[in-house]
Amino acid sequence: MRAKPLAGSPFGGRPTSAQEYGPGLSLLLVTPLVLLLVGGFLYPVGKLFWGSVFVPEATFANYARILQEPLFLLVLCRTFEIAFVVTALALLLGYPVAMAMARVSGRTAMLIAACVLIPLWTSVLVRSYAWIVLLQRNGVVNNALIETGLTGTPLRLLYTQGAVIAAMTQVLLPFMILPIYSVVRNIPDDFVRAARNLGAGSLQAFFRVTLPLSLPGVTAGVLITFILSLGFYITPALVGGPGTLMMSTLIGQQTTELLDWPFAGALAAVLLAATLLLVIVFRRALALNKGFKLG
Amino acid sequence: MDGASVSVRGLGKRYGAVRAVKEVGIEVRSGEFLSLLGPSGSGKTTLLMMIAGFEMPSEGAIRIGDRDVTYVAPNRRNIGMVFQRYALFPHMTVADNVAFPLRMRKVVKAEIARRVTDALALVQLQDFGKRLPAELSGGQQQRVAVARALVFEPPVLLMDEPLGALDKKLREQMQIEIKRLQQRLGVTVIYVTHDQEEALTMSDRIAVMRNGSLEQIGSPTELYDNPATPFVADFVGKTNFLEAVCQSCNGTGLEFGLGQSGFIHLKECPPNLPSPPRPGDKMRVAVRPEQIRILRPEDSDSPPLNGVVEAVIFVGSFRTFLVRLAGGELVHVQASTDHGIAHPQEGDRVGLTIPSQAVQVFPERRP
Repeated sequence: MRAKPLAGSPFGGRPTSAQEYGPGLSLLLVTPLVLLLVGGFLYPVGKLFWGSVFVPEATFANYARILQEPLFLLVLCRTFEIAFVVTALALLLGYPVAMAMARVSGRTAMLIAACVLIPLWTSVLVRSYAWIVLLQRNGVVNNALIETGLTGTPLRLLYTQGAVIAAMTQVLLPFMILPIYSVVRNIPDDFVRAARNLGAGSLQAFFRVTLPLSLPGVTAGVLITFILSLGFYITPALVGGPGTLMMSTLIGQQTTELLDWPFAGALAAVLLAATLLLVIVFRRALALNKGFKLG
Repeated sequence: MDGASVSVRGLGKRYGAVRAVKEVGIEVRSGEFLSLLGPSGSGKTTLLMMIAGFEMPSEGAIRIGDRDVTYVAPNRRNIGMVFQRYALFPHMTVADNVAFPLRMRKVVKAEIARRVTDALALVQLQDFGKRLPAELSGGQQQRVAVARALVFEPPVLLMDEPLGALDKKLREQMQIEIKRLQQRLGVTVIYVTHDQEEALTMSDRIAVMRNGSLEQIGSPTELYDNPATPFVADFVGKTNFLEAVCQSCNGTGLEFGLGQSGFIHLKECPPNLPSPPRPGDKMRVAVRPEQIRILRPEDSDSPPLNGVVEAVIFVGSFRTFLVRLAGGELVHVQASTDHGIAHPQEGDRVGLTIPSQAVQVFPERRP
């Protein structure tokens, strides 16, 4: 469908993309992506899920097994627990950074942006190994603790849930900071000024104006961080131990070590269903804050 | 509510090496409507931001009533403010926006409801309380901003180009409404604008700003009739500037020569000049377009100034004649439209006379 030119278009009647690309060309442009999605995602994932029910014969035994064996439910719960903690920590640590990035300018802004972006550009593998160097038995943290006399013998830091949470939070922090930053940066200064002028202290102005207006960014950051945490593989596999087994590691074991593809498919299906459910609940909870736009 | 006086003394603001505001002193009387008028970059908004408390002055002091507020936090100044883009909180309804300053002041619930209703009635938006700001037109948002700024009965109201985003008709209507509201409530208003017509319409006094300094302060008629500098003459209303040389200065008055164009005669030395000009001094003469009388050659034998009409512009209630003087200067002359009476046409030779009291004289260079 071709839209008529807008009379008051700020671009002086220049055609919008809807006019520039006809339906044929538009279809052509999205085709590669659709093919990739179908061939590289829908087909293999569908096959995995299909296999979880119909291979070798039609049965829900794989799903029954997840419910019956406490280990699997325990891993599922732990995965969600770690994802929750990581997301909460990333929000607590990331929000002030996003605010600072949006408020300062010039060299300071560049410095903060570099601190956020350079880790993002560094391989997850490298950053996870960095945590091993920090947390191992005679690593940097233990040495510092012993030298300051806070502990006599090295503490067991690596291969714990704490290590997994710390490393994952650090790895995922940019995904929390960047969406919040992009929203906070676009909140006009006048809103905070108006709040201050009308009698709000700086804290009140933050909680009543800045925070509610930044919620779209918080929602995006929380969702991205939470979903990425649920499926995190490398970091928990490297800095975690048997006591911190997470879903993706479990699924990995089933496919590469035990070659039990149908059961791996069942685990993946349960993880996906639980993730979708949580995302829907979360969006519903925050839907109250929709319906307004900035400016 | 009663307005409070606002006193600004020696106020300055530096950003690094740039001096945005330089030693400005203004005494705003209680209940007065004062406009800060100037082009962009003249420091008027920075001055307003310092009074509001959003910018810390580099020097000087600000008093509201008998209280020094120079270093008081913005939320403790008890000043109402209407922002350029209104700054209505987009996530709150109109009623919540208006209630905001009352909630911050911990006013009891029933009282808040009553005062919000009153404030919305004041701006004729009593039925819009449940809407979100985005659902209102620009003019309605503007009124909500005014209601929110007045609901807590501040003694001083600051307005930062509040009508800039509205179209001409609505702007003129709002000018009258705001002025009426201000007179009814008796609140002191400091109003920033770059629109000289708006300043003339609304203000008790106007402070003209230029490059961070106060150029002149006075009532609209004072500024219009007796501008202190060529800048004020040019910025407030329309003015013709003519280069002239003083030819004689004696008991019968002053005479300025304009070369081939003719001469201008003044009965006495203009009061704004520090000393009477001496013969041979180069001066700038300023005349308002509506002060110049246009004469047909047959009406006058030897008019002081002669020229040819280059264009006639019809503007409804008046006509503007562009007259090219014999010496080459272009002069705007404005005359009210008299129906049925023939007026000069393009190409006509005309004479011009200028009443003595309508002429402003400035030195050629700023001292």
